[in-house]
Amino acid sequence: MRFPSPQTDRGRQNLRIALLLTPAISLIILLFMGGLLMGFIRSLNYFPLIGLNEPNLEAYRLVFTDREFFASFLLTFHIAFTSTVIASILAVGAALLLRPTFRGKKIISFFFQMNLTFPHLVGAIGILFLFSQSGFLARILTNADVISRPSEFPALIYDRYAIGIILQYIWKEIPFIGVIVLAVLQSVGEDYEAVAQSLGANRWQRFRYVTLPLIMPGVLSASVIVFAFTFGAYEIPFLLGRSYPAALPVLAVRSYTDVDLAAKPQAMAMAMVIAVLATMMILAYMNLTRRYVRSS
Amino acid sequence: MASIQSATQLREKLPFNWGSLLRWLGIAMLLLWLIAPMIPLFIWSIAYRWFFPNILPASYNMRAWEYAFSPAAGALESLYITTYIAVVVTLLSILVGVPAGRALGLHRFRGKRIIELLILSPTIIPSLAVILGIHVVFIRLGIANSVLGVILVHLIPGLPYMTLVMAGVFANYDPQFEEQARSLGAGPIATIWYVMIPTVMPGIIVGGLFTFLISWAQYITTLIIGGGRVQTLPLKLFNFVSSTDYPVTGALGIIFIAPGVLVLLLTSRYLTGRSAVGGIGNI
Repeated sequence: MRFPSPQTDRGRQNLRIALLLTPAISLIILLFMGGLLMGFIRSLNYFPLIGLNEPNLEAYRLVFTDREFFASFLLTFHIAFTSTVIASILAVGAALLLRPTFRGKKIISFFFQMNLTFPHLVGAIGILFLFSQSGFLARILTNADVISRPSEFPALIYDRYAIGIILQYIWKEIPFIGVIVLAVLQSVGEDYEAVAQSLGANRWQRFRYVTLPLIMPGVLSASVIVFAFTFGAYEIPFLLGRSYPAALPVLAVRSYTDVDLAAKPQAMAMAMVIAVLATMMILAYMNLTRRYVRSS
Repeated sequence: MASIQSATQLREKLPFNWGSLLRWLGIAMLLLWLIAPMIPLFIWSIAYRWFFPNILPASYNMRAWEYAFSPAAGALESLYITTYIAVVVTLLSILVGVPAGRALGLHRFRGKRIIELLILSPTIIPSLAVILGIHVVFIRLGIANSVLGVILVHLIPGLPYMTLVMAGVFANYDPQFEEQARSLGAGPIATIWYVMIPTVMPGIIVGGLFTFLISWAQYITTLIIGGGRVQTLPLKLFNFVSSTDYPVTGALGIIFIAPGVLVLLLTSRYLTGRSAVGGIGNI
């Protein structure tokens, strides 16, 4: 009888891990990385099929000298940052509200989760119907004699500060972050808070020094996803935003679908810039927050 | 001192607790905020004449609903193709994501962090940045403007969620049960089928729900890769809202959210557990 040596055991284990990971990794490398690489090649004006044999940075020059691009970047950053911060704070509040057992908790939790299943597009339409100047809210306020004309209702859609877009993201992301926070809260239980209470911590101290540090990693992970999504989303800023300056994804799609074929490398360059910007911001954010989580 | 005492006495005398009143107020506001955008959506779908500043329409009819279900609108066809794509994407994600989640949740190995980052990258880099390049490749492969092409690109945003959720579930999974099954004579397939799958089923359900909903809601990826030929529901809905036909937009919007709510009704109890959703919080 032959016993397997520790080495071959280890080798078999590694082979097994590799086999388990191969389908997922190859899908992501082929599709995701392949798409990124292809976009990069095309952004360099390199397209031998139509006689473009000399790669150059012309498309990037065009992107960076475009005045709309910078306005666009600032707008997109503002949308992503503001929505993420407000949604995260409100989501923690919502999770704390929904945490204890109370009558009707099941039904209210269901509504909370239901919102998670709504596509962003439907949310954008709902926000449009609710907050436009002749929308549902404006009608209610007119009947309550608060305003007398649609134009007196503040412009929340197609407005400079992208308030409608941010409202939509807040609406959609509170349940997303909230469900994750609730899951974390459920897993840590209430023991730590009970200990803090028995040691004389008041409600605020218990939250600040016990609950918050426990849920912070979950909140941060969820907010990274939210930030990345809101930075790269197309349909919400398209539906609820101004056309100038448009959000970066709207700008990229606009030049990609331009009839002028020469605009395509520029669209590809913009896609690359979006990818790099999103990655840089997320990495910076993760670095900052990791330091915070460690220190507290 | 006297004031503190009286405050405590006051609290004891009150028939209800102010804290709990505030909580209920907060919960009521949250609930109102969650459903508010859906109220005008529903009213528009049955509104016949709804002019400013009427809070409710002057009259109602079912034109939008009749139109939405008529062959002319093509909504039923879109409903079918959207469901088909989302189901195939979900099944493929399970096939690919469960093994990957097992490797990440159960084992420690060199380069794990890099593999995790690679699998996570689609949640960080917007799909729009990738989709334009993929479009170029798909045109050359002849799968642009096809359902197959759309299914493949929907896998990109869906797979990370499936894998993350499964990694979270497998982190709490005890593989010794498998060894016991094997020692009792179960083959590898029987072990997977009778031991592993039932144990990690809550994760498969939650991950599957996320993946289904992500595919279901895709707009720009479908538009670019499908070239407008693959008319999923979000594309239809987008056309109607752009043409400002609000009643039909309302009806289609409700048709668009109904399946998700239905799926949630069936899977809601799995969504509250740490084991499944917690995986996403572990990035």
